Amino acid sequence: MKKFSLFILSIIALTTGACAQKPDSEEIRTLTVMTHDSFAISESVVASFEEQNNVQVQFLEVGDTGTAVNKAALSKDNPLADVFYGVDNTFLSRALEEEIFETYQSPLLGDIDSVFQLDEGYRALPVDFGDVCLNYQKAYFEENNLAPPDSLEDLIDPAYQGLLTVENPATSSPGLAFLLTTIGHFGEDGYLDYWLALVKNEVNIVNDWETAYYAEFSQAGGPDPIVVSYGSSPPFEVLFAEEPLDDAPTAAVTSPGSCFRQIEFVGILKGTKNRDLAEKWVDFMLSPEFQEDIPLNMYVFPVNSNAVLEETFQKFMDVPEITADVSPAAIAENREKWINDWTETILR
Amino acid sequence: MNSSTPQHIPPSPVLSSATEERVSKGSVTKSPSLLLWILPLAFLATFYFYPLGSILELSFSRAEGGILAGLWSSVSSPTVRNSLGFTFKQAFISTLLTLIVGLPGAYLFGRHTFRGKKILRALTGVPFVMPTLVVAAGFYALLGPTGWANTILIRVFQLNEPPIQFVNTFAAILTAHVFYNTTIVLRLVGDYWSRLDPRLESAARTLGANRWQALKEISLPLITPAIAAAALLVFIFDFTSFGVILILGGPQFSTLEVEIYYQTISLFNLPLAATLSLLQVGFTLILTIAYTRITAGLSQPVNLSSAKTTQGPILSRRGKLIAGTFILVLLVFLISPLAALAGRSFTPLGAGEGTGSIFTPAFYQALAQNPQESLFYVPPTTALGVSFGYGLITVILALVLGLPAAWALAKKNLTALDRILDPVLMLPLGTSAVTLGLGFLVALDTPPLDLRASPLLVPIAHTLVAFPFVVRSLTPALQSIQPNLRQAAAVLGASPWQVFKQIDLPLIGRATLVAATFAFTISLGEFGASSLIVRPEYPTVPIVIYRLLSRPGALNYGQAMALSTILMGATLAGMLLMEHFRVGEVGEF
Repeated sequence: MKKFSLFILSIIALTTGACAQKPDSEEIRTLTVMTHDSFAISESVVASFEEQNNVQVQFLEVGDTGTAVNKAALSKDNPLADVFYGVDNTFLSRALEEEIFETYQSPLLGDIDSVFQLDEGYRALPVDFGDVCLNYQKAYFEENNLAPPDSLEDLIDPAYQGLLTVENPATSSPGLAFLLTTIGHFGEDGYLDYWLALVKNEVNIVNDWETAYYAEFSQAGGPDPIVVSYGSSPPFEVLFAEEPLDDAPTAAVTSPGSCFRQIEFVGILKGTKNRDLAEKWVDFMLSPEFQEDIPLNMYVFPVNSNAVLEETFQKFMDVPEITADVSPAAIAENREKWINDWTETILR
Repeated sequence: MNSSTPQHIPPSPVLSSATEERVSKGSVTKSPSLLLWILPLAFLATFYFYPLGSILELSFSRAEGGILAGLWSSVSSPTVRNSLGFTFKQAFISTLLTLIVGLPGAYLFGRHTFRGKKILRALTGVPFVMPTLVVAAGFYALLGPTGWANTILIRVFQLNEPPIQFVNTFAAILTAHVFYNTTIVLRLVGDYWSRLDPRLESAARTLGANRWQALKEISLPLITPAIAAAALLVFIFDFTSFGVILILGGPQFSTLEVEIYYQTISLFNLPLAATLSLLQVGFTLILTIAYTRITAGLSQPVNLSSAKTTQGPILSRRGKLIAGTFILVLLVFLISPLAALAGRSFTPLGAGEGTGSIFTPAFYQALAQNPQESLFYVPPTTALGVSFGYGLITVILALVLGLPAAWALAKKNLTALDRILDPVLMLPLGTSAVTLGLGFLVALDTPPLDLRASPLLVPIAHTLVAFPFVVRSLTPALQSIQPNLRQAAAVLGASPWQVFKQIDLPLIGRATLVAATFAFTISLGEFGASSLIVRPEYPTVPIVIYRLLSRPGALNYGQAMALSTILMGATLAGMLLMEHFRVGEVGEF
């Protein structure tokens, strides 16, 4: 037993040692923000918040969106952080049902379009959005004298046979978004027939976005010129090109109902001991300073209508006017059934 | 291996069995079992059983209708049965193929010296470290629809369709598993083989046995414990395969581990996920118990000899030809996906189509820049430093825990405690990372053990995986130590510590090195971001690679390839260094 307690003691020593590194001066407080693993922001933006409020912000990345929501739910009795950012509309109902958030009606909600405000109880506040849309390589369609696809219906036209790669909705977030797009567009009774027509037209299904975009999409040297990606992917092909480009090599299909909008939310975690700071941080995330910094770091777009976008986005970005309409409640209720039905019909 | 100043201990005279029996019953060799187990047990209890128990309890408490109902409904569901069947099938075939590829290599490494052996040994370890997404990118660049192989075949034979269908096939899963795990067989079996006294075989040949008979009748039975240990580790790795199945196998294949991830993350069906995790752990336990039973009768002390006496150059021309061909095949198989990857890190994505150059250092230059002044940007050197730091802590932890455990298991007369604990050590390897990650979250949440967000959790998790490797590498070596050597030392007045230092340590030095290498590489390649909580300011190399790969834009992709190539180079350098520093180490005698 002696060795065991010694062992435990050494662990304690190690952990407290690790914690003691932080300057423990009486003024500086720490605010902990839990996020998914795609979170990124400029150093100077966070620094300005830290200075204004005499606080140190500690970020914790806890996995992909689904994992992050689950971890927030499982630790709700002893929360890891003061604020959780990153739940999206496909997982919103789970977060609300698990009651992980406190209510906070930020004054900045007034600057945000009500279409983004999906939670009427002010627990989850919208921060950013991104649209999952079909992307195509422009050069392929020019070289082959084929009109680029403009709708979901085009994809089952024999002219587009064998040109499309999509992601598996069971394993990929854009994959699920595309499945939801087809459900929104063709209805619960019609979407599986549409998918069977896609299979007949030789749709290629892979498990993850990385494989789809970097191995199958012709822009990266793969065989298929159409892929399910984001509406924001074309401007990023310009911003992160190997050599400076005048024009985006890819484009997104944004016709009515052909995209699915993912909205990400922030909320104050129940049981926080820093409620005042947490409110300030939420306000900060919704303010133009933070909002304008979002696109280049996280590849999604601000919801605050006062935030000004960089020129590249205004030039190469097509934001769909009407996106597929599937509510978070419907998603929560039917996720398992839809994915299982799709798997049974399409993969087996 | 050769530049050391060898400390020659003459091979001990073989004692008559009666003498041996008498001596081994003496009290000198009996190690106090319980004492040896305290440290490993405390670690497993704190960082394995407690978290796993907590998450299982919590999961089942959310079940409607009790545990048994959930268990029954999940076992009777066709999806679960299909994925269970497939899990076994692919693991079995993968393990078999890995042995077929690995054993000739183990023989070559164990028995022969040849030019470039060190670098070849180091190279074969690199695949083990590479993150799945990166290896998949390598296979795509090589065998994908527009990979090199297909492009060349289409041009040469004027084809319309790519002739090789590789990605999203069963063959891709098997290939990737063999690619990853061959090094386990090469190292575990090759090391043991190099210690086997070749005089036994020579004697058999003198007595008229041909080369094959001598191998089959003498050497193979003697190295069976090492083969069995390697096969078990490979099987469990394949059995719990996740990334390979998802990325190279594609949507039509699913293993238990994939099913657990889907049920946990996508559906939040914790009771079902917990049931599946228990099934997986249960099967691992059964496998390991079977393994322990089978090998219990096999291990016997063999005269271990220095590599100097066991290894020789290949003399016959035919032998050289066969060995050369085999090495070439091994090289092509293990290196070509990695080379394809390194090639991609220097070529623009659209190379060949436009007029641009086919060589660019741009991706490497971009790695050192942070144009967005992103808060979590780290230069590649920092990420390498973090990775190496975690790797070193893992080596130390795994050796400190693994040595006593291997010691206890190497005894001639195992106590009941040893027999029970032996298979238990393997359980973390067979446990779903997703489940255990959530277990850490719900269990280690109160001081003094509030480690949920501690960076320490990373090497601790790595140690859980590395620990069984260390034990499996060390136990056969420890078992093979002639007890009479220790006794002789003790009789001559050596203290137990002196016995360990003078007798055991020199004999197990080599195996310790193999064990340390495994621990280090496991830690370097492990990608635990989805199961652990990450402090984003200290990312490991695999985490930075994944961050880059999840963003659109050719520059991001190129940077991921460049950083993967750097990881490859650093791993290779690390392994060569280990090969080199074998001199100072006491393993040669």
